[in-house]
This record gives sequence, C-alpha cells and structure tokens, in this order.
Amino acid sequence: MLELRNISKRFGAVQANDRVSFTVPTGTIHAIVGENGAGKSTAMRIAYGFYTADSGDILVDGEVREIRTPHDAIALGIGMVHQHFMLVEPMTVAENIVLGSEPGSAVSLDLKKAADEIRKVSDEFRLTVDPNALIENLSVGQQQRVELLKALYRHAEILILDEPTAVLTPQEVEEFFAILRGMREQGKTIVIITHKLSEVLSISDNVTVMRDGKVVGDLKTSETNAAELARLMVGRDVLLRVEKPDAKAGASVLKVQNLSVMGRGESKRVDNVSFDLRAGEIVGVAGVEGNGQTELIEALAGLIPGSHISGTIAFEGRDITQLDARKRKELGIAHVPEDRHRRGLLLDFTLAENTILGVHYRKPAVGFAGVMLDQKGIQRRTEQVIRDFDVRPPNPMLPARALSGGNQQKLIIGREFELPPKLLLVSQPTRGVDIGAIEFIHRKIVEMRDAGCAVLLVSAELEEVTSLSDRLLVLHNGKVAGEVDPKKTSNEEIGLMMTGGARS
Amino acid sequence: MKLLREILFPLIAVFAAFVVGGIVVWIIGDSPFQTYKLLIGSAFSWPDGIGYTLFNATPLIFTGLAVAVAFRCGLLNIGAEGQLYVAAFAAAWVGFKFGAPAPDNTVISQIAHLPAILLVPMCCLAAIVAGAIWGGIPGILKAKFGSHEVINTIMLNFIAVALLSYFTQYHYKIPGDAIMQTAPISPNASLPTLGRFIPGLPARIPLNFAFILAVIACILVYVFLWKTKWGYEMRATGANPSAAEYGGISIRKQIILAMAISGGLAGMVGINEVLGYRHRYYDGFSANYGFVGIAVALLGRNHPVGVFLAAILFAILLRGGIFVDAYTIHVSKDIVDMLQGIVIIFVAAEAMFRGPLKKFGLMKKAKV
Repeated sequence: MLELRNISKRFGAVQANDRVSFTVPTGTIHAIVGENGAGKSTAMRIAYGFYTADSGDILVDGEVREIRTPHDAIALGIGMVHQHFMLVEPMTVAENIVLGSEPGSAVSLDLKKAADEIRKVSDEFRLTVDPNALIENLSVGQQQRVELLKALYRHAEILILDEPTAVLTPQEVEEFFAILRGMREQGKTIVIITHKLSEVLSISDNVTVMRDGKVVGDLKTSETNAAELARLMVGRDVLLRVEKPDAKAGASVLKVQNLSVMGRGESKRVDNVSFDLRAGEIVGVAGVEGNGQTELIEALAGLIPGSHISGTIAFEGRDITQLDARKRKELGIAHVPEDRHRRGLLLDFTLAENTILGVHYRKPAVGFAGVMLDQKGIQRRTEQVIRDFDVRPPNPMLPARALSGGNQQKLIIGREFELPPKLLLVSQPTRGVDIGAIEFIHRKIVEMRDAGCAVLLVSAELEEVTSLSDRLLVLHNGKVAGEVDPKKTSNEEIGLMMTGGARS
Repeated sequence: MKLLREILFPLIAVFAAFVVGGIVVWIIGDSPFQTYKLLIGSAFSWPDGIGYTLFNATPLIFTGLAVAVAFRCGLLNIGAEGQLYVAAFAAAWVGFKFGAPAPDNTVISQIAHLPAILLVPMCCLAAIVAGAIWGGIPGILKAKFGSHEVINTIMLNFIAVALLSYFTQYHYKIPGDAIMQTAPISPNASLPTLGRFIPGLPARIPLNFAFILAVIACILVYVFLWKTKWGYEMRATGANPSAAEYGGISIRKQIILAMAISGGLAGMVGINEVLGYRHRYYDGFSANYGFVGIAVALLGRNHPVGVFLAAILFAILLRGGIFVDAYTIHVSKDIVDMLQGIVIIFVAAEAMFRGPLKKFGLMKKAKV
C-alpha cells in the first residue's frame, strides 16, 4: 500500500503540490488524472525520490518512509516507468535491464544468469520479451514492456507509470492493459498517470483527480463517468464530443494524384495515394503511426525535396508539386506540424518571434525597406493571435519554452489559422494537450471548415479523427487502405483496416 | 532576469578565473594583488595603456563577431584564422597594385594610381570579400555535400597559410628583404591612426581607424541579427533548423550566407593589420586572433556587446601580460595565457555555477 499524506512542493512561484493526500491499496490499479501542470507527475516523482517534498509524508505499507533518491524507492519496492523510455538502443534487453544492478562479480558480468531470470519474470507476467533482442529492433510497445521488466526485475511491488499509453497504438494499448490486469492479479499495485479519460474508465479501480496542485476528487472508478472526471479536471463542464453541423463541401481545393514519397533505400513511405479535398470539408487520415501520415503531410506542405516525390499535387487546379514550402504558404496552405518542438516552434524565441515564423518576410512583420522587422506590426499580430486563441500567459515577450504544451499548440494553431488559409494541413493537433484546450482546438478546426477552408486532419487518436472528419481515409503501409464514412463505420472496423485487415 | 543571467555568468567566470590565477601567482611566490594591479593598471594607463589595449582588441572584436554570427546560425567557424590571412593579403595586394607606390617599393608594377578616397574603400572591400569567399567555401561544402564546417575550416586554415607564404616568398617580396613580408602598400591605401584626431594620444600608438570600424561592425551585426528579416532567418536556422525549414527558410542558403558573413567579418582584421598598422602583408602576423575569437565569442555569449567587452578583456590580458612579465620576480607572461585558459574553462563550465545560484533564487527553477 502506498499513501501520500499532505505532500506539498513548491517550484519558485508555482505551488506544484498543495497538501496532496491519497491512498493506493495493495493489488489495485489507481489512476491519477489531471491536466498538464496539475501536479500529478510531481506527486509521483516525489514518491519515487526524484524530488523531495517540502512537507508531508510518504507511507509504504503503513509506515512513514524517507525516500530521498530513486535508490531508496527501489529498495522499498517502488518502480517507475517514464513517459520517455530510458533505454540504451544498441544494447540488448538483458543488458538494459541489469544496467545499474549487474549480476556477477566485480570483474565478470553474468548475463546468462540475468537472461534466465528475466525470461522467468517475463513469462510470469506474460510480457513475451526476448532478453537477447536488441532494443533498437523492438517496437515501441515492446520497449515499454522492457521498461516494465526493468522495474519487475528489481522486485517492484508498486509500479508508477507516467503516461504509459501516449506512445502506443490502439492495439498496443489493449495488450498493455491486459498485462496490467495480469499484474494486478499477481498482487502488484499500479499507479497510472494519464489524462485520457477513456483509459481511466477501462483500466483503473480508483481514480484521484488533481487540479492546480490539489486533489479535487478521490473516486471509485465504477461510480463515476467521463463527464464528471472532465468537470473535476477542468473545473467546469466540458464538451467531450465535437458538435458539428454537416459539411457543405464546395469546389475541389486539393487534388492529389498517384503521390508517392520515397524513403531511405527502396521503400516507399507513401505509396500511390490519390484523393480529392474540397472546400468546407474535413478529411481525416487514420492509421497506426509510421504508416506514411508524416510523409504525406510533409509532402503536401512542401517539406520533402521534389526528388523524393512522384505523382502530382494540384492546389486550386494549379500543379504545386515543385513549389517550396514558402510558395505554398503564400498560396494559402497552412500547416500545423505533428511535432511542435521539432518543427512548429523555436523554443528559445519569444512568442512574438514564433508568431511570424513563415510570414516573417512580409507585412506586417517587416516594415522599412521590406527588410527591417516591424516590431509594432509583429506585436499587433502576436497580440491578436494570443487573444483569438487564448494563449496563456498572454505575454508576447516570453520564450515559447515557458508555455505549457496546450498553449504552445494554441500559438501554432493561431499562427496558421490566421494566415488565413484556404487549405489547412493539421497533424496531431491535440497531442499532449489539456482537455480544455482540446475542446477549444476542435471547435476552431470546425470553425475553419465552416468558413470554407479545406482541412486535412491526421491524428493518432482514432476518437479525434472519427469525430471531426466528414470523410476518413485509412492509411496502411503508405497506401490508402480505404475511404469510409466515419459516422457509419465502427472503430473496430477502422482499426482492422489500419492494421491491414481486409474491409468486411 | 534573462539579461542579468547573461551578464552574470561571464562575470562570475572572469572573477573565478582571477581567483584561481591569483592562487597560482601566490604559490609561485609573488603577490597576487601586486600582480593584478600591474596587469590592470598597465592596461589602463593613459595614453599608452588604453591606446594599445584598444588596438589589441580591434582584431579580437572582428574575429569574435565572426564566430558569433556563425554560431547564431548553428555553425562553428574555426577558420577565422585562415579567413583573416587571406583577407589581409587581398587588402595588401589591392594596396600595392592600385595606388602610387611607396618609396621603397621598387619591384611591383601598378595597374592604376588611385587616390586615397577610392583606394582605401577598395582595400577594405577586398579584405571583406576575400574573407567572405574563404569562409563561404566551407559554407558551400556543407550546404551542398553536408561535409562538416569544422573540418573544412581547419583545413582551409592550413591551405591559406601555406598559399600566402608561397605568394609572399616568390612573388611579392622585395628581393633581399630578410623578413617574410610583401612590398609595402601605397601611402594612399593607409588608414590614419586615431592619434591624429584625439588630443593627448600620440600618433606612434598604432590604434587606428579600424577600431571605429570594429565598433560600427558590432552595431551592424546587432541590427542585422535582431532587427532584420535576414537575421531572423539566420537565427531561426541556428535555433531549430527543422522549424526554420518549416517556416519556408532555405537552410542551405542560410549556411552559406552565415559562413560568408562570418568570413567577411574575420577578414576585416586585415584592414586593421594592413591598412592601419604594418602597411604591408606580414607573413604569420596573426597572434592566433582567429582562435582567440572563439573564446571571445564564447565569453561574450555570441552577442555583439558581449563580444566587444570580452575582446577588451582579452586585450587587457595581452597588454598587461607584457608588464607582468617584465616587472614581477617570478610570474611570467605564461601566467596571463593561463588566466585566459581558466576564463574560458569557467565560461564553458557554466553549469558549475547553476547550483549555487539556484540557492539565491537567481536561476529559473525547474518546470513543473
């Protein structure tokens, strides 16, 4: 049993945890939910010894324990799996697992013994991981199991999982949950940090809701529902499903014909894809990540060199296949990239500097001689984006790094939506974004559609593409596996197409 | 807050270096306070101290700016040394080819006899363009073939030095001259010393008009990087090339441009050296200006104001070192070189100060 009692922690001006108390009974799965910055990760990092609490106690099996470092936590049988895996890619599973507690004497490493031990643990919890496989050859789902094994190998009785499903495909999530249930049967205690309500409801026994560093709800999962949890998390009623009128599709805006994108070597990342996109409609692209969605969007945005592309991309009847990203943007093609840190933002630049990325060379960003940056013009545009898209804190001079994920995303979306575009390429618009912001972003996307913009939406969240899209393309292995009407097709059917199963 | 941090770290690094240096001086057997008094005092005496300090700072400002501009674009220009040599030679070549010959230049024929008002700008331009080309080559190699600029700039340093020794020795030296130097430039190609304008500053001190150019260069680099769309593109490329590309910025173009500008700035050392000081190309003249420029940029946090101040500091050490060498019993000039090294190590090891500073609430705390 793990208990947090009146844990408080302050980082500078931010009270990350304010008298946080809850109990996780042995042999249960306990979900901790809350928006980004609600303090759920902080609380669990304190339990794992990453941070020390300013005040309050941690009790393991009823006794107050001093946990100052992760070593202390491990000794007490607490293990943690982080959102970002901590694995050494070119090494084997066994080598990774024993790292830090190598068996054998000081000079020899008994990996064989370790591998046997790992196999035993792996079988016990039905993890099916080969101890001799190289990490770099494993799928993300398998790598996560290695992380689980790492904790189990160190005899963890209490497992803390930080956003474990963020990187998994829907199928992998199901398998992963089956493993967790199995572990619960064996008497392990599991704490799972998440912000996905459907997962909370399907996996947990109890749920603790946090907001602004405080515990605002401690519930039995069987006695609550998504709407209640969302209300507790956000502090107001939240629209969980997108309300949208039927699309009034207009003229064709984007015509893609036989588009292929070459990857490294001979492989085609996008394979002979053709489709039409009309003004005033949202076409969704569903698929397991890594099946060509990234390359498709980047090819349309002009970010993949022409030499890697075959086929034609026509925008409003004009062949744009050979145009670069800047020219396409000038025509009215906006792009919300899937990875906001890699592509979408200059993290150390101010919000103002980020709002002009892509339009920095024309009015209103430049003034004198068409060369000098117009600080007033930039300021005005930034303030407008901040106001229209509710970016907080609303200070144009802050570095983008200082914003939460949701606010960073709103900044990017604001920048792109206020071009204004005729074609919107949106990729993973709500990844790592709070519920409140998700609702807002979804509404804005539908508003764009209703204003006559053509929208191509890629998302790894099946729920998101099916609820927002008017039509849905399913990608598998770079090919269009089928086009479906999301209103008339079940998630199971779409899931089957995503994994290459034939459409019934 | 951010500004404070930007200034604080270099200051602490310098201070820490002086403390460590002082301990070394004390161990050797001299008084640290006397030594530092000598070091600083001799660098700030009027007019010689200040005159020479600013003269010594001039090439370091140029190379510091050169490294800083490249760095802002995410590039490491190790080749300022080669670039400034090529530039100095180009300036000298225009200087003795296009102006009325100096009295002792009896060997080189002239293409034209231009007046000073044309010749001086032409020489300056020659230096900048030559430096830009020498810096632009590794830029092009990186943009087109992805070969690393660090390797290529180092290699071009060797090529520049060897090539220019050859030209000096076999084509542009006055026969019988025992020193490896070219014939002098035309008197019309020389920049005046500042002593001619500033009362009390004797004309014998080589501080010249190039220092004014260095100050102007600092201002222009600042305006370029932070106030123009071109600077924005360059900084965006350095901050996150993927995002820059997404923003419609051609990364290849930025790499070539940044290296060329960097080379051009390094090349301006040639103006100080040839037009303002020796009035000829002198083989091996650079006291590692190109490399010290890296340290200057590092200490100056790749900002023109910081570069200016860091260049002054290094110039103080250079100037004061001579006097420390001469007037102390045990400490030699090497101590001053060591001090330079310690400053750089402390600046580079910035993380060392983060812990203690966090305690005083001067550092941003970890994000929640």
